[in-house]
Amino acid sequence: MAEETITNKPARVFELYKTMSLIRAFEEAAEVAYDAGFVNGSIHQYIGEEAIGTGVCSNLRDTDYILSNHRGHGHAIAKGANPEAMMKELFGRVGGTSGAKGGSMHIADFSVGMLGANGILADGTTMGVGAAQALVLRGVDAIVTVFVGDGTTNRRPFYEALNWSMIYELPVLFVCENNTYASSTVTRSVTAGAGPVARAEAFGMPAFDIDGNDVLAVDELAADLISRVRGGGGPHFLHARTYRIKGHISRDKMLYRPEGETEERWKGEPIGRCAAWLLDNGIGQDELDEATSSAEKQIADAVEAAHAAPFPDAKLAFADVQDIGAPQ
Amino acid sequence: MSEMNQGDAVRIGLAEEMRRDPLVWALGEDLSTAHGGTSGSQYYQLIDEFGPKRIVNTPISENTIMGAAVGAAVAGTRPVADLRMADFAMCAVDELVNQAAKIRYMFGGQARVPLVVRQMIGARKGGAAQHSQSTEAWYVHTPGLVVIAPATPGDAKGLLKAAIRCDDPVVFMEHKELMAATGEVTDDPEAVMPIGKARIVNEGSDLTIVTWSKMALIAAEAAELLAADGINAEVIDLRSLWPWDKDAVYTSVAKTGRLLVAQEAVQVGGFGAEVAADVAENMSDALKTHVRRIGAPRIPVPYAEPMEAEYRITAEHIVAKAKEVAGA
Repeated sequence: MAEETITNKPARVFELYKTMSLIRAFEEAAEVAYDAGFVNGSIHQYIGEEAIGTGVCSNLRDTDYILSNHRGHGHAIAKGANPEAMMKELFGRVGGTSGAKGGSMHIADFSVGMLGANGILADGTTMGVGAAQALVLRGVDAIVTVFVGDGTTNRRPFYEALNWSMIYELPVLFVCENNTYASSTVTRSVTAGAGPVARAEAFGMPAFDIDGNDVLAVDELAADLISRVRGGGGPHFLHARTYRIKGHISRDKMLYRPEGETEERWKGEPIGRCAAWLLDNGIGQDELDEATSSAEKQIADAVEAAHAAPFPDAKLAFADVQDIGAPQ
Repeated sequence: MSEMNQGDAVRIGLAEEMRRDPLVWALGEDLSTAHGGTSGSQYYQLIDEFGPKRIVNTPISENTIMGAAVGAAVAGTRPVADLRMADFAMCAVDELVNQAAKIRYMFGGQARVPLVVRQMIGARKGGAAQHSQSTEAWYVHTPGLVVIAPATPGDAKGLLKAAIRCDDPVVFMEHKELMAATGEVTDDPEAVMPIGKARIVNEGSDLTIVTWSKMALIAAEAAELLAADGINAEVIDLRSLWPWDKDAVYTSVAKTGRLLVAQEAVQVGGFGAEVAADVAENMSDALKTHVRRIGAPRIPVPYAEPMEAEYRITAEHIVAKAKEVAGA
């Protein structure tokens, strides 16, 4: 999504609401399609976390890069990837974002600066600092945002990349989406010390903690931090607290979760909170309903298009391996 | 042509490519002026000419040296990542195998990953178990990678230049004990050697010895000893392991009808097994006797001189095996 210049606050927040609704509709439709057997691999849903990707990416330009992780659908949509092409990717059909070669976990859209979801935790951090180095070397006025989860803050490359970004003063914003769970483990139970903010601060990096389910707050803080990074202020760290409403993957039965926890946390999910703010600030219920159905319609059309699209020629499995020494 | 050692040859080759293309840059440990890379000569004083943004002296952060190179490659530059030794490169196998080798494929051809990763192989006097390994087979086994292991200063320069210009990720494996070895090297900055072409070290008609890296020099020594006994061995230095020059090997085996594959690496599961199996499968009509291999025993590289000598493959070992192959 292009950087917004809307000064009318309710209008801007309503745009964020629409993006979050589109992500929510995509994730719900993806689960239905998965349960019906149309998605060949697992899906990691972003339900309940939509405010973070939306609030951050609404402050990025098309020329800025993002690097995502295994839970990347929301980041891709927020950065401007086409949901229909994404749905085709999940279905493994012609017209998928990655040519049906990658599936849910390898969605990328380089045309909007979305340099890829990733199946390996923390690799976005090391690649992100390198992408930032490339921008500096090429003299391009753009920045890199790297999305990681809480679980990643226990991986070695994360620390190397934080250190690296600081010593070379790179234009990188690290966004840690702390959704409470690392796969099926409560991250806090396997994490020493005061948490991700303190860890980032140990490198001398300015680090900020925020309620990640408050899209207005995320938008405001992201705007500030991105402006600092863009202005040569070096790397910054944004820690956004949230909650993973769904399991690690959609078929996860969540037996590790205390009874009632999901229901309790659902009360704080970001779209409902955003709707309440909008209703208090001049947007009517009819407008919200219209926005929701519009998002659902767009995704329903995407699902229909995915069903209609053919499977790729199996021989394409041999394409795009390498130029020299390609399979014969 | 000039006579020079391999360390100087590859440094000149890299400098030529950096002058030719401002998007070429190098990153790794100890690339500063005072210390020019692992051999002391590969990067010596390059930082003075190209500055610290293009000769990036990094922390000991293998994940990020490799990961940043991947990110910088997809973001429009051509990095040369130096991981010093193959043993240290194991710390960054994830970024090389899971990211560099797969990004083009799993994102459906949206991006290329034009990078070179240098990692020295081979035993050097007393290097012992963690500074001596020859791991080339690991990378040949990984789709998406090009693997090069040169034996002479001229080949090292010409192939490094080709690797830098290549749009695929290239694993460039220099041998530690060859860095000081001298040879004729072209002065032409536009002379680039084709990847995937073998070099006939020694012509012969009685048997074919296929080898690469430092073993090419040892095999050449063996060929001289064999000649004294009236056996004419044809020695082929593959130079590139993926792709490897099957035409050159097939042509030679068609002539000699006998094949010995010699490698420094552990014989079990080594790249020599691939060459031997391929020829056995495809050249059975030409073969007068079964294919033989020679390589290191399946033990870690030991330290003490007598044990280290026990590990190494020598010209005498090759001569004995070659005589068996030749039926002499």
